Amino acid sequence: MNLRRPRWIWLALALGGVAAVGLAQAAWDDYLLSIVNFVGIYAILAVSLNLTNGFAGLFSLGHPGFMAIGGYVTAILTLPASRKAMFLALPGWLAGIELPFLPALLAGGAAATLTAFLLGLSVLRLSGHYLAVATMGFLIIVQVLIENWESVTRGPLGLNGLAALTDLWWVYGGLLAAVYVSWKVKFSSFGRSMLAMREDSLAAQCLGVNLFRTRVAALAIGAFFAGVAGGLWAHLVTAITPGTFSLIMAFNIVVMVVVGGTGSITGAVVAAVVFSAATEIFRPLEESFEAYGIAEILMALVLLVILIYRPSGLFGSREPAFLTAGPTHEPGNHPATAKGGQR
Amino acid sequence: MTADYIAQQIVNGLILGSMYALVAIGFSMIYGIVRLINFAHGDIVMIGAFVTLGLLQSLGAPLPVVAVGVLLSGAGMGIAVERAAFRPMRGAPQVTGFIASLAVSIMLQNLGILTLTAQPRNFAFPDYLQALIHVGAVGFRVIDVVIMLSAVLLMGLLLLLVHRTRLGMAMRATAENLDVARLMGIPINRTIRAAFAVGSGLAAIAGLMWGGKFGQIDPLLGYVPGLKSFVAAVIGGGGSIPGAILGGYVLGLAEVLFVGLLPPIYSAFRDAFVFAALILILLALPNGILGKAAEDRA
Repeated sequence: MNLRRPRWIWLALALGGVAAVGLAQAAWDDYLLSIVNFVGIYAILAVSLNLTNGFAGLFSLGHPGFMAIGGYVTAILTLPASRKAMFLALPGWLAGIELPFLPALLAGGAAATLTAFLLGLSVLRLSGHYLAVATMGFLIIVQVLIENWESVTRGPLGLNGLAALTDLWWVYGGLLAAVYVSWKVKFSSFGRSMLAMREDSLAAQCLGVNLFRTRVAALAIGAFFAGVAGGLWAHLVTAITPGTFSLIMAFNIVVMVVVGGTGSITGAVVAAVVFSAATEIFRPLEESFEAYGIAEILMALVLLVILIYRPSGLFGSREPAFLTAGPTHEPGNHPATAKGGQR
Repeated sequence: MTADYIAQQIVNGLILGSMYALVAIGFSMIYGIVRLINFAHGDIVMIGAFVTLGLLQSLGAPLPVVAVGVLLSGAGMGIAVERAAFRPMRGAPQVTGFIASLAVSIMLQNLGILTLTAQPRNFAFPDYLQALIHVGAVGFRVIDVVIMLSAVLLMGLLLLLVHRTRLGMAMRATAENLDVARLMGIPINRTIRAAFAVGSGLAAIAGLMWGGKFGQIDPLLGYVPGLKSFVAAVIGGGGSIPGAILGGYVLGLAEVLFVGLLPPIYSAFRDAFVFAALILILLALPNGILGKAAEDRA
């Protein structure tokens, strides 16, 4: 563990963030704030997927699935009991529960973690693109189940009229927690075992890394924050529908992680901010020119160009030097994407 | 539940299976040779459907001519995609290629939306193809027969190509070991291009069939057959052409029977069923039904 990290930089950044959030809440209008909130939620998603995909090299396309589970659990828990009775047929113990936002978010995250744990027990025997395919299957299964479990999720209609509980403070808090946990993991022996496993699982196993346990943990931690992000999303949009959590969304988050550099926390945040801000800015343009699809095409093009010319992403696996103090002790100069690969 | 009803469902399953099989063949050929899961393959189906619509309605060309045009345009598209997106990243890890193909797929879909709008279009074949035939109590249209027979014909031709020609031998050698094949003087780039061309041509034909069968097409049409055929290819055994054919028919039949034989409340779960089957097969039979050589999946 690198003990020479300058903690004051972190404190300064966190406090600077608090000041920025305070200023933004006071000065900006709702439209601008909602864009910033979306950007922040995408940053949480990218940072958490980076933990699964970047550190541990588990190529998961199931992130929106965890997000959906977290989102629905949070939404159902915060929904007033009277409204629940109106359009849902919940089992008795659930129908009476009405939780404040924080415990509901945590419950959402926990539900996503539990699902990830159960999924991981079976699917994490696979690796590489087989794992990608299996998690994609998981995502589609989650979507189909939500669409058809009408007594609890109201099917394709989704739940609407949720309280607008998410504000910038919540999103900032979530992002801070996600970054903090990722950072702690990355610079601990646990994170080093993940990176070692990503680079060469056989060598890592020889060094005593329990591959399976490390994999499950990486998937479950990533899923927790995805679940929280889902809850934040639901209470920002004030509605939740199964269609939101699509393969396209999985793709968008993956793009952020890959472009930022698989394994770099800073990279994930930067790429998430750039991409989601760009999409939000493009949307009105798309509508006024009636050129639907341009944003997606550009995003896909950028991804292709990066994969061809800079396969390790913008930051590689590294963090900027001013955050890690002096010569880095990071192993991350050979990210998986730059490796010669099987073919 | 009478025997006739079951026979009807089996015929429907075979029709669906023919289309899955044609698309799955391309998945398997490309996977077998360059170890790439080409997610953009499903969108070639969409392109095939739109080319069919264009040729049929604007030029009024007869069906065999249309079919040849569709085959060629699909092949051309496959070659273009391989050259532009996949060749530059050959040698990268498999996951890189998979993400790249997702990107290509999203690009093709959105280019479709941009140029053709997301509005579904009606797709009508000439009347003689729509005529109903009855064999006993089982009813189907002429187009269904055309789909099943031409699928079998194309598969036969493909197997001849792969097993009886020099190009086919080169393909099999490249699939066996790309580097050694190159050392033996096999033109790797040309062989890979040929695999993309043949696979994509078949997928485009499946697009023609898809439009003819379901009567409506839109730029996102390739998504479902792409996903399902991919599942079919995995079930059959990644990289094996007979496996892909078998997987296509198995999946088509299983899906139709799942919907047809179980109570209707389950039919909404058909996609969940398909993908649960995929995950189970990946876990239990990692090489599929006909796949050989163990791969490093775990």
